[in-house]
Amino acid sequence: MTLVWLVAAVLLLAAAGHLLGRRRALAYRAAGERLHSLPAHYGAYVGLWSAVPALVALALGAFAAGRLAGRWAAPALAGVVLVLAVGGLLWARQRVRPGMPAIRKVERTVRAFLLLASLVAILTTVGIVLSLLFEALRFFGRVPVTELLFGLEWSPQTALRADQVGASGSFGAVPLFTGTLLISGIAMAVAVPIGLLSAIYLAEYAAPRVRNALKPLLEVLAGIPTVVYGFFAALTVAPAIRRWGEAAGLDVASESALAAGAVMGIMIVPFVSSLSDDVITAVPRGLREASFGLGATQSETIRWIVLPAALPGIVGGVLLAVSRAIGETMIVVMAAGLAANLTANPLDAVTTVTVQIVTLLVGDQEFDSAKTLAAFALGLVLFLVTLAFNVIALHVVRRYREQYE
Amino acid sequence: MSAARRDRTAGRSRHPALADDAVRRRLGKRYARERRFRWYCRIAVGLAVLFLAVLFADVVGKGWSAFLAAEVRLEVHFDPEVLGAAGSAPGALAFADLDAMWREPLLERFPVAADDRAVRRALFSLVSDGARYRLQEMLAEDPSLVGERRTLWLLADAEVDQRLKGRGADAEAVAAGEGRLSPRQLAWIEELREAGDLRLAFNHRFFTRGDSREPELAGILGAAVGSAYTLLITLAICFPLGVATAVYLEEFAPQNRWTDLIEVNINNLAAVPSIVFGLLGLAVFLNFFGLPRSAPLVGGLVLSLMTLPTIIIAARVALRTVPPSIREAAYGLGATPLQVIQHHVLPLSLPGILTGTILGMARALGETAPLLMIGMVAFIVDVPSTPFDSATALPVQIFLWADSPERAFVEKTSGAILVLLAFLIAMNASAVWLRRRTERRW
Repeated sequence: MTLVWLVAAVLLLAAAGHLLGRRRALAYRAAGERLHSLPAHYGAYVGLWSAVPALVALALGAFAAGRLAGRWAAPALAGVVLVLAVGGLLWARQRVRPGMPAIRKVERTVRAFLLLASLVAILTTVGIVLSLLFEALRFFGRVPVTELLFGLEWSPQTALRADQVGASGSFGAVPLFTGTLLISGIAMAVAVPIGLLSAIYLAEYAAPRVRNALKPLLEVLAGIPTVVYGFFAALTVAPAIRRWGEAAGLDVASESALAAGAVMGIMIVPFVSSLSDDVITAVPRGLREASFGLGATQSETIRWIVLPAALPGIVGGVLLAVSRAIGETMIVVMAAGLAANLTANPLDAVTTVTVQIVTLLVGDQEFDSAKTLAAFALGLVLFLVTLAFNVIALHVVRRYREQYE
Repeated sequence: MSAARRDRTAGRSRHPALADDAVRRRLGKRYARERRFRWYCRIAVGLAVLFLAVLFADVVGKGWSAFLAAEVRLEVHFDPEVLGAAGSAPGALAFADLDAMWREPLLERFPVAADDRAVRRALFSLVSDGARYRLQEMLAEDPSLVGERRTLWLLADAEVDQRLKGRGADAEAVAAGEGRLSPRQLAWIEELREAGDLRLAFNHRFFTRGDSREPELAGILGAAVGSAYTLLITLAICFPLGVATAVYLEEFAPQNRWTDLIEVNINNLAAVPSIVFGLLGLAVFLNFFGLPRSAPLVGGLVLSLMTLPTIIIAARVALRTVPPSIREAAYGLGATPLQVIQHHVLPLSLPGILTGTILGMARALGETAPLLMIGMVAFIVDVPSTPFDSATALPVQIFLWADSPERAFVEKTSGAILVLLAFLIAMNASAVWLRRRTERRW
């Protein structure tokens, strides 16, 4: 809480610095001197000098204090920060002279800040890679990579012996991979036909008014939180599928892969449809008209001319959708099971990589067991796989765009 | 298009090639195929819209009743003897047998032998624990109530509530012992209902209380406040950083590999699964920086990293729509690059940036998985008062309630979903409104 007050105090000092610097510049002007920059720039110059060093010190100090806490850490930090803020203010204020190029210095600072801001995105990626890699390597120190990638048995919860280190169960993740593939496969089997045909309808057949009404409706599907889909899948769709299956004499698990996959497919429909819609409308009008001129019907034109021309973009969109399906968490956490079954039957319960990450980490406080580290190893696999899909998809989409522009 | 086709069909016999039967048959087949294809497309759109309708109908059907709660009318006597000598003293209230005050009128109505414990317990379980808190609050507020008699509507138990809303097990199931209510309890409820002593009233607790193990006492305020803190922190980080990055990339960045790297990186980051951001938050913010677990502060940090790419991409699009002529005119008048941006480009692109920001915030509001990773899934009764307290968020509360076995929590879950969807619809609608209002063609 003191942190918030310190930041507020520094910002207040910076505002005061702005006023003081500006007033000093105005005084010069009143005395008949010619200023290099506008008075506001001198204000900004003083304000920056009182805020930036103090805030940098605060950030560093807060981090250090978090690591080596002491009784005097907080007051000392507050003192240093305030001294820096006031000192910066006074020093910069006395540098306000009519000839000083305040504007250039302010612009350079702001540009540096903009550059730093754009680095946050890079830092995030680096942070993701490093944190996943670091924890995953610790995991692989206890369980070999090959066991995770090729082992057929997944049961991290069963400890063989309480005091045993590093072997709290078996970590063969193949059942998770096949489960993820099964559910994503079902999702894509639902999403690709519905999404693609919807896109064709909206782009080629629908009247403008119908299109304007339907397009937002489809986008609503993308805006619904996944936890809502999960609730719907677990409480409405799964029991319904089970009832129908029993009526047809089939043995359906109460947490069937089919329910989770089908609902996930509907969630993904807007991704497929809006990306396909974009690429279909980007196909030049002339291609269609040439086809009509040769006597093709509209659907023939779509199937023989428009879709092949738009195919790379559609494939890119589908790949993005696959990566989305693989990484989707809440629907499968709520509607798919925990049982790591190695099966291809959509009526059975399967589990996925994301479900296991959640179960391994939620509620578990100890951070050194193989169990929690396994979650990071799974996270690394998930990140790499989705990254591969994204890179390929973005590459395909970008190449395709260049084709017609 | 369709008119043209009709002409073609009408003129079919005049064309020499169409005199041939084989050609005409083939044409008929091709037109049939066209019609079929068109129907496939219509069915696909129809399925998507139908699903949306079913989803909304299902949630509304299950959830509307969460905004109502069953209450029992009882005449409560604030008996000084029961309250004890120090009845009205604030400290003593906690120890006074307040339950007796609502139990007695209930017993007067349905006499049960004092030694028949099981039946008594069954009778008392019709009224919620919330009744005691209510009486306690009333006494604390107005000590002069002692010795008075008041007719009060007290909160009923969740099972009574479900029964009144027609969601309980049917009579046969109850007779078979499958329902949670016994036949005797059902008879009591029926009698109360016929006498008009049982009603459904607006459930203000749902909006003014934190989580609870008792479905009838559970509310969403704690989760909503947690969500609000989380979103505030997300916004405070995301908006300046996102706009700054977009400005740098659009206005300053040189065309080189480094800039390319940043761009590719941002596009990829936008497609990273949200749960990976949760793992990042767990490893970096909790374990490395030692920030408090379960706090909206950390939730906001994680969600801001997740939302940042969305905002950057939206802001770049908005900056790109400002025509170069405006920049050039400003440069021509001697403005510095920063002045051009500050005085012209940013104000002109601000509506677009804000629209993108609102949409990004809406996505952050609905996000659950990363919050699970950083421990915002605890059972928390108190409403958080700062972003450093333990809290949950609305979607996480939905997840937690959806996991609860009690039937009454299904209704609560759907109710919470309705509230969440209402927030999302409001945010999206305001984004659309903003876009419509400020749309400008150059």
